[in-house]
Amino acid sequence: MSSQVDPIDKEEDESWFASAAKIYPMEVKGRFRKIKWAILFITLGIYYFTPFIRWDRGPLLPDQAVLIDFERKRGYFFFLEIWPQEVYYLAGLLIIASVALFLMNAIAGRLWCGYLCPQTVWTDLFFRVESMIEGDRRKRIALDKQPWNAEKILKKGTKHFLWLMIAWWTGGAWVLYFADAPTLVYDLATGQAALSAYVWIGILTFTTYSLAGHMREQVCVYMCPWPRIQAALTDEHALNVTYRFDRGEPRAHLKESKKLSADGLPAGDCIDCNQCVYACPTGVDIRKGAQLDCIQCGLCIDACDTVMTKVGRPTGLIAYDTDMNIELREKGETPVYRLIRPRTVIYAVIIALIAGVMLYAQLNRSMTSFSVVHDRNPLYVQQSDGSFRNGYSLRLLNKHNNAQSFTLSVEDMPAGTTLEVVGVHKDAANAANDIQLTLTVDADTTRSVRALVFSPAGIALPGSKPMSFKLIDHETGETTVIHDFFRTPGN
Amino acid sequence: MAEHKKEIDQVTGVETTGHEWDGLKELNHPLPKWWLYMFYGCIVWAVVYWILMPSWPLVNGYTKGLLGYSQRAVVTEEFNAAAAERAETGKMLLEASLDEIQNTPELLEYAMAQGKVAFGDNCAACHGVGATGFEGYPNLQDDSWIWGGDLETLATTIAYGVRADNDDTRYAEMPAFGRDELLEKEQIVQVANYVGSLAGIPTQDGVDLEAGKVVYEENCAACHMDNGKGDTEMGAPNLTAPNFLYNRSIDGIIAQVTTPRHGVMPAWIDRLGETTVKSLAVYVHSRGGGQ
Repeated sequence: MSSQVDPIDKEEDESWFASAAKIYPMEVKGRFRKIKWAILFITLGIYYFTPFIRWDRGPLLPDQAVLIDFERKRGYFFFLEIWPQEVYYLAGLLIIASVALFLMNAIAGRLWCGYLCPQTVWTDLFFRVESMIEGDRRKRIALDKQPWNAEKILKKGTKHFLWLMIAWWTGGAWVLYFADAPTLVYDLATGQAALSAYVWIGILTFTTYSLAGHMREQVCVYMCPWPRIQAALTDEHALNVTYRFDRGEPRAHLKESKKLSADGLPAGDCIDCNQCVYACPTGVDIRKGAQLDCIQCGLCIDACDTVMTKVGRPTGLIAYDTDMNIELREKGETPVYRLIRPRTVIYAVIIALIAGVMLYAQLNRSMTSFSVVHDRNPLYVQQSDGSFRNGYSLRLLNKHNNAQSFTLSVEDMPAGTTLEVVGVHKDAANAANDIQLTLTVDADTTRSVRALVFSPAGIALPGSKPMSFKLIDHETGETTVIHDFFRTPGN
Repeated sequence: MAEHKKEIDQVTGVETTGHEWDGLKELNHPLPKWWLYMFYGCIVWAVVYWILMPSWPLVNGYTKGLLGYSQRAVVTEEFNAAAAERAETGKMLLEASLDEIQNTPELLEYAMAQGKVAFGDNCAACHGVGATGFEGYPNLQDDSWIWGGDLETLATTIAYGVRADNDDTRYAEMPAFGRDELLEKEQIVQVANYVGSLAGIPTQDGVDLEAGKVVYEENCAACHMDNGKGDTEMGAPNLTAPNFLYNRSIDGIIAQVTTPRHGVMPAWIDRLGETTVKSLAVYVHSRGGGQ
């Protein structure tokens, strides 16, 4: 009776959730493996050691080449110094990065996923550690199956310890980008660093350990949006890791295939040895064609080429190729490779354009800046002698790494006008001039001052008289003129 | 019925969930286990959170949680921390004279920032956000001051107020010439027109300004001075300024001479402390009217 009210039994209930099938990728040797090692060393080298590169910027500024300085609100990248209001450079970089992703995709599929993505690079490193400790595919499968004994505990323990060390170093390198690296390393070691540094190291240790050690291909298959997007971006000319089924099928084991050929029956080059499947870090069978799980790392190409060489057949049964070329070959036509086509050209042009705009903006970046805001309330104040006064907030910005002085003056106002800046006294150079003052701004800072302009008494002015502030940089002679208005009730 | 066979969909080869709607069967695409465990983890987290943190509303109040966390306490703590931090920088303001504050860029910028906020919180209600005042509340932007507009004087006025409940407050009272019958009605009209002529207000026709002048010199000049410019020592307003504290017209002057109004400004020293009062003085001075 109870079974009638409960139509779903326990067994089926459990099948609502699937355990991830563990993948044991086989080690391979070959061209793409070498490329991947090279990229791994270069990218991780950049990541782990960049914070230690020094770059001299003078005595007042940090000498770390790449530094995001939250405390002083500056970003440093070698010769670049970015102020908070210049974060739009970051937007430009992000646009370039995303279009570069499209371009890679149009040329050779998931180059990013297969070679450059941090998830791939760290997972690859963790795989290498795993196979060093536990052995290759078969040994790892055997080790997982065997009961827990001293050997298994030792191997597993060593592996997880090494993984945690790599993960910890990953988190440690991250925080070095946000403070002077050598000082922070010392502070971290002696327990003097800020709590947030330890917390961030903890977080990144955890994410690296769990994502690269445990989640692995599940990050690509379940978490990452990119596989879904890239499927829509690819076209028939994009090179992808492809099983050339025109050559491989019908597949048959080696002996069988020889027998088939001897009998004059069709036999493909694929000997169904499954090495491509064993080598795959995401557990894909590439022979089923392009699929979401395939990150196109090229390791199946290496695995297949090794086998083909052994059995004396031409390599390249699995290779970077296009679906269209397979069709062409099947029809007996020569395959075509078109790297230059509208979409690659457009992507490249967009990248060049944005990079050009950013470069121009950077080269013509002003080292000082000046802004004026007229008081909004009140617009004007009448003095007891009947004259009028207007207030302005001035902001002077000095990106130089030494103090700069400027001459500030008021232009286009009638004779008898006076200029005052709160807290600034007249120096000898401007003693005789009522509308001119010298202002200094310390190195690498902004200075806000309040300027007061007094109109001469007895002169009728329109309700809104155009006038301007002129700022002359003493060092460069650069003149900045900002137009504003002098307000009165008018006539 | 107890034995439940797994059903495989013919077309896709995928197991079904056994749920059927009008002949359509749902395919079973199980969620990953790690997702399930994260979901369980969230539930456990929620329960732990209920126990540790304030969470469930009750009829009278709410569950407090074992950690005793309270946003109110956090605010108080942060408020005290901010006050301590301000005291640190504020000490420099406290030690510096008002002139030093105005002449040192770092101190000036700090005092201006603090003054601006304190003005908005405490002064703007009467004197206006732009410090231009209202009728009965002096305009702090212009250059005519009742009690004086230099830094020290401004600081004193802000600290002890005007006619305030404080021993050191500024105090001045204009006699009620009309109400107390010190002057005839006609004399009041005459003197009001005379004062109007000093301020540049159009006078009424047929009023004897000379007689008004005599009344002025006998009754008003002692405080407001012969030329009508007033005296900040006595808190006597400048009668020639373009801005008046009260109604700037002949009728307004008549009303004020007959029954003067005496506004009150609170003493702020006990409430805001010396640092903030100094910042306020610098801020008000920097509006432009400071002397």
